[in-house]
Amino acid sequence: MSKALSDTPTQPWKTVDPEFRKQQLITHLGTPVLALLFTVISPMAGFTGFCVTWFGFHVFAAALLAKYGKKPKSYANAFIEVFVGVTIFVFVAFVSTVLWPVISNGMAGVSHLNLLFQDAGKVGADASLDKGGFGHAIVGSALMIGLASLISVPIGILAALYVTEVRGKLTPFVRFFVQAMSGVPSIVAGLFIYSALIISGILQYSGFAGSLALSILMLPTVARTAEEILRLIPDDLRTAALALGGTQWRTVRMVVLPAAKSGLITSAILGIARVAGETAPLLLTAFGNNVLNVNPFSDSMAALPSYVFNQMLLGGDNDMARAWFATFVLLIAITILFTSARIVADRMKRN
Amino acid sequence: MGSEELEFVANLDNAMETKDINVWFGERQVLANVNLEFQTNTVTALIGPSGCGKSTFIRTLNRMHELIPSAKLAGRVMLDDEDIYAAHVDPVDIRLKVGMVFQKPNPFPSMSIGDNVLAGLKLAKRKVEDADFILEDSLRKAGLWDEVKDRLKTSAGSLSGGQQQRLCIARSLVLKPQVLLMDEPCSALDPGSTRRIEETIKELRESVTIVIVTHNMQQALRVSDYTAFFLSEEGHPGHVVEYGLTNDIFHEPKDQRTDDYVHGRFG
Ligand SMILES: Nc1ncnc2c1ncn2[C@@H]1O[C@H](COP(=O)(O)OP(=O)(O)O)[C@@H](O)[C@H]1O
Ligand SMILES: [Mg+2]
Repeated sequence: MSKALSDTPTQPWKTVDPEFRKQQLITHLGTPVLALLFTVISPMAGFTGFCVTWFGFHVFAAALLAKYGKKPKSYANAFIEVFVGVTIFVFVAFVSTVLWPVISNGMAGVSHLNLLFQDAGKVGADASLDKGGFGHAIVGSALMIGLASLISVPIGILAALYVTEVRGKLTPFVRFFVQAMSGVPSIVAGLFIYSALIISGILQYSGFAGSLALSILMLPTVARTAEEILRLIPDDLRTAALALGGTQWRTVRMVVLPAAKSGLITSAILGIARVAGETAPLLLTAFGNNVLNVNPFSDSMAALPSYVFNQMLLGGDNDMARAWFATFVLLIAITILFTSARIVADRMKRN
Repeated sequence: MGSEELEFVANLDNAMETKDINVWFGERQVLANVNLEFQTNTVTALIGPSGCGKSTFIRTLNRMHELIPSAKLAGRVMLDDEDIYAAHVDPVDIRLKVGMVFQKPNPFPSMSIGDNVLAGLKLAKRKVEDADFILEDSLRKAGLWDEVKDRLKTSAGSLSGGQQQRLCIARSLVLKPQVLLMDEPCSALDPGSTRRIEETIKELRESVTIVIVTHNMQQALRVSDYTAFFLSEEGHPGHVVEYGLTNDIFHEPKDQRTDDYVHGRFG
């Protein structure tokens, strides 16, 4: 009678030899320490010097490990692992040098929550952080971005539908136009609205003018990502719907759009993230404001990026602290947007 | 079933008839002068080697052919004594009367099983009172009801390939087509599912005229009343070599090429 070797479920492919783990740990921790020492005593200096020396040591150590270690592998694989690891480190280091000041300087504002809810109406230059805030800029940004989405998301998706579904005669033209628009510098979008609508007296400085300028920037992002998404929808589904007697419009509405739903939401979020940090187009169109204005159709309106810009021009310590905190808030908002875009996109892939 | 008997029934009623169908993709002709009659409530099998134009032909019968930009066509397809390609005919109406099941099962992934079956009604903007009855009726006819009746609200993606294909059959039955076109409906399926679908075809024959493309000779023998043998000889467009009762085509073919093909000597 044969007896089962073991009947407890395991994942043998995931168990790692502890001896190998130890060797790995020594190379991963030992090489940066060695590199650090080396940068101190040798002419190789600074961050770049450290990275280069570390890379060299690490390649050497990985080669040794690949040859004599507990789990031999090819030099090529060992080299690629080191290369990827060091690249990730350098990249994270660079991003942190940008993020860290925003976070450390921005944290000063966290204890002054009035900054989030009040406006800057009666606040003089360099006033203490207990007074006023940029609530009006948060509201302004939200209003203008919301309006810009209402304008550009439907138009962007329609343009994508025209290119992927209708495939009409104007397809190359629409593509070219979207392509060209995506190259428009943001200040030019502002200038365009300024000269076409504000100088000519059709609109005054207003949130609406600002959202039109943002729409010009959002539209190409939305249209291009939506086109990519719609291309992922298999043709089988369209054929099936048409063979069931669906008209093109009903096929799009009942089969293509529902299948693409979460992807299209992602394209809208990416469009929003594209413009959330824009300052230049708003200076010429929404102008900026010190007090809360909730009517996008009359009077100028503030936005977070332009608030930051104005505070930095003032230059006092407290003004800078406000600017940092506003930047911090903007950063968090954009992080939330991108993360939710990712989550929605992942969900789409799983379905 | 005696051949005279069938022929007699056949002469009473033609569900569909093609007259000199010629098809091109761009400049290249792929079908020449196809004349076939499909008798009401019979099953006609289209057989022939790959690339001889069977799929192309079947797609001319419900105006799916014209969805390919380079497609061209000459000839007529008569349904209810009317050319489906006449200028005033809306292709959408034709596709409602002539349903189609594809080689690869293609349920709508964003819809539940139940919604998939009824999707045709919504796509065609048809209002019905007894949707529940239609749902059950179609699923029963497609031989799927017992397997899915407890999970009509779950996603169609959770079904096996064979179940998905029967779901697609149910989906096209909802529109009560006069003719049902099937393009190699079993070629992606296991033997068990294939048998289920063949049974379904035999039952459907009572209420709908079926045209089925198949590469499986045994299947053609099992399910069809008539068989048309398509062939595209080197450099020539595809055409019908022989058309007749399935029994005759398989056991007393008139053409040597038919004999060779059905006995697996080429193709
Ligand atoms: N969309 C298309 N564009 C151009 N040629 C095509 C297209 N579809 C099919 N063909 C050509 O038409 C011929 C018949 O193809 P098809 O009808 O699919 O054959 P079958 O279904 O009998 O295998 C083939 O030579 C094929 O290359
Ligand atoms: Mg085919």
